[in-house]
Order: sequence, then C-alpha cells, then structure tokens
Amino acid sequence: MSTDSKRWVAGHVAALPKSGIRDFFELVAKMKGQDVISLGVGEPDFVTPWNIREAAIFALERGKTYYTSNLGLIELRRAISTYVTEHFGVDYRPDDQVIVTVGVSEALDLALRAFCNPGDKVMFHQPCYVSYHPSIALVHGQAVGVPTYARDNFALTAEALRSAWQPGCKILMLNLPCNPTGGTCDRVQLEAIAAFCREKDLLVLSDEIYSELTFEGTHTSIASLPGMAERTIFLHGFSKAFAMTGWRLGYACGPAVLIDAMMKVHQYTMLCASIIAQEAALEALTRGWDHVLKMREQYHRRRDLVVRRFNEIGLKCHSPRGSFYAFPSVAGTGRTEKEFSAGLLTEQKVAVVPGSAFGDNGIGHVRACFATSYEQLIVACDRIERFVQQPKA
Amino acid sequence: MNPVLKLLLEGGNLTTAQIAQVANLAVSEVEQRLEQLKKDKVLLGWRPVLDLSNEAAAAATVRAVIEVKITPERGGGFNRLAERLARFDEVESCYLMSGGYDLLVFVKGASLQKVAGFVSEKLSTIEGVISTSTHFMLRCYKDQGFLLNTGEASTTRLTITP
Repeated sequence: MSTDSKRWVAGHVAALPKSGIRDFFELVAKMKGQDVISLGVGEPDFVTPWNIREAAIFALERGKTYYTSNLGLIELRRAISTYVTEHFGVDYRPDDQVIVTVGVSEALDLALRAFCNPGDKVMFHQPCYVSYHPSIALVHGQAVGVPTYARDNFALTAEALRSAWQPGCKILMLNLPCNPTGGTCDRVQLEAIAAFCREKDLLVLSDEIYSELTFEGTHTSIASLPGMAERTIFLHGFSKAFAMTGWRLGYACGPAVLIDAMMKVHQYTMLCASIIAQEAALEALTRGWDHVLKMREQYHRRRDLVVRRFNEIGLKCHSPRGSFYAFPSVAGTGRTEKEFSAGLLTEQKVAVVPGSAFGDNGIGHVRACFATSYEQLIVACDRIERFVQQPKA
Repeated sequence: MNPVLKLLLEGGNLTTAQIAQVANLAVSEVEQRLEQLKKDKVLLGWRPVLDLSNEAAAAATVRAVIEVKITPERGGGFNRLAERLARFDEVESCYLMSGGYDLLVFVKGASLQKVAGFVSEKLSTIEGVISTSTHFMLRCYKDQGFLLNTGEASTTRLTITP
C-alpha cells in the first residue's frame, strides 16, 4: 500500500497540531501497571448517581430506542428551560430556543459551524480547553487568543479583551469557570466584558459546564446580563455537575434564529442525541440536585486541601473559584512545566498535565485535577513534595 | 456540622491524620473533637462494616429480624419492655415501629439454633410480649451504605483526559 496516504488528508486537518494532552497520555500509558496516581483526568471520580442510571435502564425496558426530535425530547427541553431559569436567571422557550446536543463539545462545534464564516475571527481566552483553537481552525476561522494571568486568578479582563481585539472579530468564546485554570469572572468583571461585546457587536458562545462547581460566591451567566441574551449562546451539559461524562449530553440555548441555524447543522450531522442519555438527563434535572450539592461539597474540601498543600510545598497556586482543577505554577522549581510533569511521573508516579497543553499562557503551570479521593490526594501531594524537594537531576 | 463528624459520615475510611489534612485541623484537634463527640454521646463507638458473604468475616453468624407485638403499659407505653428486650446481647438493634407490629428487633447468633432458642426461650416468654415473627436473613446486598459484590468497576477512568 502506498505510504503517502497523507495526501488524502485535508490541508486544514493535516495542519492541526496534535493535542498536547495526547503526547502526555502516551507517556502515562507507558507507566501502566505501576502505582500511578492520576491528577490528569478531566472528569469527576463519582459514578453517575444511581437514580439517573436507573432511569436510563427503565427507559430501555420500556423500549425507548428510537430517534428523538432533532432538538431533543420536548420533556427534556422543558426541564432544561426550567433549570436554566432557576439557576442562571435566563428564560428560554423549550420549543425553539433550546437544542440538546452530544455534549457541549458538539454544541460548540455546531455554533462555530453555524456562525463562523471562513476568515471570521473568533476570540477565546487562554489557557483554555484543548478543543477551542482546533474547533475554530476546523471551520476556517481565525483564532484570536486573549491571555489571562495568574495575577488575576486567571479571570478574563475586559482590558485584555480590548487589547487583543482586532477588526473582523465576530465571536467570543467563554469558558467560566475555566478548564484548566479554574478561573472565573465575578459579576463586575462580566459586566465589563458584556459592555465590550455590545460595543464591538460580538456574539458570545458561553460554555458554562463547570458553573455548578462554583465554590465561592454565586455563578453569574453572561447571558443574564442586560442586552446579552440576544447575543449569547448559552452552552451547558450534564458531564461535570451530574458526573455524566460518558453519556455525552449537553445543550445550547439562545435566540430562536441562532438555535435554528445550529439545528440545521445538527440535523444533518448528528440527527439527535442518544435517547437513553436524554432520558437519564431528564431524571438528573428533576431529581439530581441533591447529588450535585453533595459532590460539590466534596470537591470544595478537596480543593482546599490541594491548594493549601501546593502552596506549602512551594508551588504557588491560586484558589480556583470553580471547576475541579488547580493550576499551580511550577516556575519556582527551576523546571519547565513539561520537565516537571515528566519528572513527577517517572520519579514519583503522579500524573499532572503540563499547562502548555492548554495554550501559551499555561507555560510554567501544570493542571492538577482534584476529582480524586482524599486518600489519593494526600499521597499525591506528599509525593509532589518529595519531588520538589529533591535536587533537579 | 462538625467537619470531623461530616467526614466520618461520608463513610470514607480516613485515619485521624488524614481527617486532619482534609479538614485542615491539627491532629490533636481532630482527636479532641472526636473525644468531645464521644463525651456528648453523639459518637457512641466504632464498628467495622463487614462483608458477611466472606467466610472469614461471617465467622458463623446467623442474623434475623424479629417483628414483636407487645402490650403497652400505662405510664411508660412501650419503653420499659423495649428497653428490656434491647439489653440482650443477641439484640443488635431495636426499633419501635408504626404499623402492624410494635418492635423490630435485629438479632444475631452463632447458629440458627441459638437464635431460635433466644426467640423461644427469652423473647417470647417475657410478660407483655404477645407474639413474634422471625425472619432469617439469607443474603446481604447492601449494608450501612456499602454495596457488596456489585462487580462494579471501581476505576475505569482514563488516566489523562482533556
């Protein structure tokens, strides 16, 4: 067989860089069978609560195995609408302002495909979730990164936004609280961002997947600010709050015309999200809130533990207001984030992800996920301490 | 709620030192809080939760639940008799219930004969006990929040995910 099969790969896909996470995943895979504690995951350690799993089983028993409406089950959309009103203070009509998707990842992809013309500029804050930049490249958009900094606890500031802005910017992607930094914006900061979006006529794609995991203060959705609902696609899902990552279920809410445009792409590419996952999600929204609170309380305690230990060890770490990620600086150890992560893995068998996998502003940091048991976190922190204290090889 | 108590109730299996780390307290303070809980009779003691399908753990233990009907008394209601029943070593737990019977008594013994003997010789002969209905436990699926033998994969998470 010819070895130059590469010639079939589309240019813009061939040009996509491999995810930095992928490199590190391969390194970790080599350590298989050894007693590695992983703080490298991006998902809860809780299994989906039983009543939610049971609802899916029940749905299967009743023969719910068919397609749903492109927009998703109307009962689920009604529940989403109620949930979003109660928790985020924005009203969306279940009939035409809500679409159920295969995770927020699909919703983001739909939004970019529906709203970004080739050459349009899309702003996003860095460090950020690994898919943002590639998703923009896949729709032939131009990515415009906006830096966030440790000194601001990785909150996005309107000033940074203004200085990164250039003519042709059409869309702003937000992920608050943020994977990997745990950074988020308070209401005042969000109002400044919202004012800037109105001034520059930006469409906002607001990925609020970690919003339920806000530990201090209350989460504010940019969509709830005056004049923003009409220019915001609110993106959310079940993965993090309800521990449902593998179900792949998310949703988007926004102005009917925009949701309709996203639906067009969705109906031709995905048709609908899995009905089983939708049935489970309905149970999650109706009877899952107690579980969310219980899990949040545990994450909160784990965050306090990990952040305190990191700072004791000498890894300067801000306390993330949301999400289950700590993003300490490793600059003080005299190692780059890649050296630190690789060394920590081979010498002390703790996996963290180099911050540079999430963009240039992650250089000098590592992402440590604290969605792991207290016992494991305690041992991991002790190992990290040993690693930091021994002289650099 | 007392953070130490909270962590105990979560059912994890943390040592005092681990509780201290998680709750950000000194080990001595955790110990002191545990002492206080005992003094206040909030925390009565410790019992391991065993998987009794495991032979070593079961150590030839037979468990039964007994529904007991008793005659309430002027002045004390069910209390005097309930407290009297509860004092037997064989009785692990004893509850006053609403519904078709009065007391629900959890007992254990080294053999079926021993439990049967306790019921026929002690329990049912007490003045005021009207009737008993004994149910022997055949198999345990969940005990005090712990699932037994679920076969559920504990960790199938990938090591590194975005």
